[in-house]
Amino acid sequence: MKTNDNQREPSVVHTRGLRMRYGSTDVLKGVDLTVGPGEVVALLGPNGAGKTTTIEILEGFRKRSDGEVRVLGVDPDDGDEAWRARLGVVLQSWRDHGRWRVRELLSYLSLFYEPYRERPVDVDGLIASVGLTGHAHQRIGALSGGQRRRLDVAVGLIGQPDLLFLDEPTVGFDPEARREFHELVRGLSGTTILLTTHDLAEAEKLADRIVILVAGRVVADGTAAELAARIAGQAEVRYRLDGREHVLSVADSTGYVRELFAEHGKAVDDLEVRRASLEDVYLTLVRESELVTA
Amino acid sequence: MNARVVAVRAGVRRGRIEFGQTMTNAGELMGWLWLPVVALVVMYAFGDGTVPGVDFPLGAQAVPGILAMSAVFSGLMGLAMTLTMDREDGTLLRAKATPNGVLAYVIGKVLGKAAMTVAVLVLILVPAMLLFDGLRPGRVSTWVTLAWVLVLGLLAVLPLGAIVGAVFGNTQSLGFVTLLVMGLVVVSGVFYPITALPGWVQWVGQAFPLYWLGLGLRSALLPDAVAAAEIGGSWRQWETVLALGAWAVVGVALASVVLRRMARRESGSSVAARREQVAQRFD
Repeated sequence: MKTNDNQREPSVVHTRGLRMRYGSTDVLKGVDLTVGPGEVVALLGPNGAGKTTTIEILEGFRKRSDGEVRVLGVDPDDGDEAWRARLGVVLQSWRDHGRWRVRELLSYLSLFYEPYRERPVDVDGLIASVGLTGHAHQRIGALSGGQRRRLDVAVGLIGQPDLLFLDEPTVGFDPEARREFHELVRGLSGTTILLTTHDLAEAEKLADRIVILVAGRVVADGTAAELAARIAGQAEVRYRLDGREHVLSVADSTGYVRELFAEHGKAVDDLEVRRASLEDVYLTLVRESELVTA
Repeated sequence: MNARVVAVRAGVRRGRIEFGQTMTNAGELMGWLWLPVVALVVMYAFGDGTVPGVDFPLGAQAVPGILAMSAVFSGLMGLAMTLTMDREDGTLLRAKATPNGVLAYVIGKVLGKAAMTVAVLVLILVPAMLLFDGLRPGRVSTWVTLAWVLVLGLLAVLPLGAIVGAVFGNTQSLGFVTLLVMGLVVVSGVFYPITALPGWVQWVGQAFPLYWLGLGLRSALLPDAVAAAEIGGSWRQWETVLALGAWAVVGVALASVVLRRMARRESGSSVAARREQVAQRFD
């Protein structure tokens, strides 16, 4: 049906051929990225892949060199304050407002969103939801790293954003703090989130969809399962036949094993079938792309 | 309510909160107080002579100049330092990520530092009035003149602080500006009547707001007879209004351009790069 195209909800983030060039270096070489309403998308890639540059362009903090960009239907270069009020931004590491108190800062920041939102912000509820109730009157500079990050997320959410950016949210976290942070983010159901990370496990845990960015190009885009299936529909089959070890990489592992038994029956021993893990896929992709660029 | 009105009110709130933080931080307060306090103590101990041509103690004559010096330091350098530091720690970027946040940020910073400058001035002026004979706290005109000179002086000095803070990338390079202000103190007749300096130095001094702020404060706090030691033997109040007013108009115009540019350039990677620089300095 033709009308469906018009009725479809517009994407929250949409880029086509996004390019960024610093001097003579191309940092982004034509990035196509789409984030739908309510989706949690992880931009995954090694350091220097262009993740932060991409997110800063989307946030309107940096002017792109070329390409089409729409965030909440607006070109970020022309984004006004009403547009800004619909975004939540959590950057790599904030150390700001160290002398302010937790509740003081949040209620100060909530003022700015009142003209743009019908519902007033429940500052105390927000503090509770990030687990900082006991620290509401503490100096921000005295918070631990994990608490500070929770505050950053609370600041990102203070305007009840339609889109939340999380840039490398758990860098420098210990495993416990990381787990707590993941739970916090997963509790934000319904909020559209674009997060960057170079941690594959984090992307897999938090995101509905993973976009892999290597050397300024999107090399893969899909759910964790799709990615694993697409690149390595291959699985590794390992078995022993007549005392000899065999290791094979096959596409249809089930079919292969069926035929293996049909042919050799009980002679097959020590069978092991291992699907390529997402990590294998990711590393393969990064390696291949880097070979192409090199 | 209009979003910009909300931002202006939020800015006032920021100014109040940050002023409170300054006033409860003994270390920061001492940082602004020590220089004028040392100057006062020196003038108290060695200011026994009289102003040339007038029968008035040199020590008391220097008090308004010391107040002017303090106002320039805490207003100009105070604002410049806070703007530079806020770019290192991401406070400005946070304001930029908030709707109308930069407007509120600038208002809050300027008000906070203006209030701090006045508070520091009061903390120096009160003991000075008790220590030095010859100041005139009893006249109504003293306080009226003090008020308008101070308002004009702040309007002339704070935009300069904003420009310096926006232009200088890190707190270290601000040391250079401190040195410049020190030089200005020498040529502006802060401790001793400017008329004792060579003619060309007097012209240099008169080109900057510190001299005029000092002159205005002298006209407020000293007996009229002391004006004999000034250029032209007068307090030159109209010239003071013109000179400080001109600095204010040019400063505000330039500051708004420079501050806009500063805010436009701010991004997460520029904060990270600056932080890297800071980290390297401490390695």
